[in-house]
Amino acid sequence: MFVYALRRILYTIPIAIGVSLVCFALIHLAPGDPLSSVIPEGASAEMIAQIRTAYGFDRPLPVQYLKWLGHVVTGDFGTSIMTRRPVLAEVLPAVLNTLTLASAAVLFGFALGCLFGVISGYVAGTPTDRSVAAFSITGVSIPHYWLGMVLIVIFAVNLNVLPATGMGEGGSGSFGFNWDSLQYLILPALTLSVIPAGIIARAVRGTVAEVRKQDFMQTLYAKGLPGRRVFVHVVKNALPAVLAVMGLQLAQLLGGSILVETVFAWPGTGFLLNNAIFTRDLPMLQGTILVLAMFFVLINLLVDILQTAVDPRIKRA
Amino acid sequence: MSQTSIAVAGLGAPLKGKRPVTRSFWQNVFRRLTRDPVTMICLAILVLIIIAAVFAPLIAPHDPYRTSMARRLIAPGDARYWLGTDELGRDLLSRLIYGGRLSLFTGFTPVLLATVIGGTLGIIAGYLGGAINMAIMRVIDIFYAFPSVLLAVAISGVLGAGIGNTILSLTLVFIPPVARVAESVATQIRAQDFVEAARATGAANWRIVSSHVVPNVTGPILSYASSLISVSIVLASGLSFLGLGITPPEPEWGLMLNTLRQSIYVAPLNAVMPGVMIFITSMCFNLMSDGLRSAMDVKQ
Repeated sequence: MFVYALRRILYTIPIAIGVSLVCFALIHLAPGDPLSSVIPEGASAEMIAQIRTAYGFDRPLPVQYLKWLGHVVTGDFGTSIMTRRPVLAEVLPAVLNTLTLASAAVLFGFALGCLFGVISGYVAGTPTDRSVAAFSITGVSIPHYWLGMVLIVIFAVNLNVLPATGMGEGGSGSFGFNWDSLQYLILPALTLSVIPAGIIARAVRGTVAEVRKQDFMQTLYAKGLPGRRVFVHVVKNALPAVLAVMGLQLAQLLGGSILVETVFAWPGTGFLLNNAIFTRDLPMLQGTILVLAMFFVLINLLVDILQTAVDPRIKRA
Repeated sequence: MSQTSIAVAGLGAPLKGKRPVTRSFWQNVFRRLTRDPVTMICLAILVLIIIAAVFAPLIAPHDPYRTSMARRLIAPGDARYWLGTDELGRDLLSRLIYGGRLSLFTGFTPVLLATVIGGTLGIIAGYLGGAINMAIMRVIDIFYAFPSVLLAVAISGVLGAGIGNTILSLTLVFIPPVARVAESVATQIRAQDFVEAARATGAANWRIVSSHVVPNVTGPILSYASSLISVSIVLASGLSFLGLGITPPEPEWGLMLNTLRQSIYVAPLNAVMPGVMIFITSMCFNLMSDGLRSAMDVKQ
């Protein structure tokens, strides 16, 4: 177990380096000069050369990469071209907001997915089972950014019971656990939850049906255990796999919330990315992508190690 | 199977004139698919949408590009503009019909490209193994370490809007998962006895790959790739929705949703219309992919 965890952690290092390399390369893939938004119009050649030197863009690429990596490792992600503030200072609060949204969405999705998944796992092959399957296919097929618009039309425009966009009065970025803040979270979280709900429902259904087919189930019923006590055994056996799916979904949503954040003007990383792209604020773009990708790598690592720790049946080489 | 062999097998009287039907795996899959009502209904809907898109100039009642300030945001149910008009007074029905062209093209092409490229990479890595496997799969792992939506947005955001860049970024997103499926199946096939036997008889690598590995890997890859089409359509339209995909004034469902979003309080019905098309298309592809998967499930 410890050997596996150690190996898995060590294996993450080259992946993390690769990810940073991709983030670095992204900027140099950009058509045109990456400094085009900094250099004022009609600047002299001398001035352009000066700016290039100031940003270190006159060095060879490998040197630039190593220098950049050195800064990143010490927490210096550069300065936003638009706001002139350190990138990290902008990204971290946004990551927190996205994490709030994504966690709420995964919890919603987990509750819905488990409910539907357990029901259909118990009645595999019946019409109920098929309608749950239809539900989970709907969850993964629906363009969630569109669902967000539909929910705004229903709950904010027609019924007028929930706010349409933003994260609080006056667009404040601080989130608290009271109705004033939570009412802003409901619609975006619900919108974002349809994908994990569909995927978790499918995973739970599969695992529950699988567990119920095993021989020890017969034994439990044969020795006279009531259904609800058998259910505890089903849950115990199905949980590790389902928790892993949930963890991976949380990781996917961290990077996948950009569309929903745009619809609901949620001040998270997606919102930040969108702004950075359209103002061609490349350090900002690079920083946000790197932070999100690193979160993704870390969560994947945690899920893998936790799953191995929780479920002794998983023996990894 | 001939009649004589059955007679020899001791089944009693030889079957009269009727040969027992033997079908190949793919013939069986096809038979099951054509008998699955859900798959056939979805196919019919998709064929309708595709025909409408291909013959759009003949079918569309109005010019999808002609704007008019006088007839902006007419509500659906109008006698002349059945589904209403958009924020620039263009006929929505015509734009939805034309929109299928770009939406389907940008949704389908990346999956096709990723299947070919990712499949090839995966087969090479899985069949050759060793250092080549290491080299290919570790690079794939790096791209796999990005959340898919983030990677698509990042690449499109950096390269800029446009059909080519959308297809390129989505292809890059889909190559890693396809390659992983292909690699794991190819690695299993490589260890099978019949591959060993083929090698023992002196078959060259390319022959083993083309006659043993590829036919066995095709099923899992196709089954997986079919499930990506729906994701790809939603994502491609999503990129246009963000303003990173198709550029105005082209009719495309995601882009239409983006521009109509401003009118959501004024004309909510018009604003959500393009999303219905994305939803129907993506749902049909997903249900068909599910049908294909269960049709290919031999255990049934």
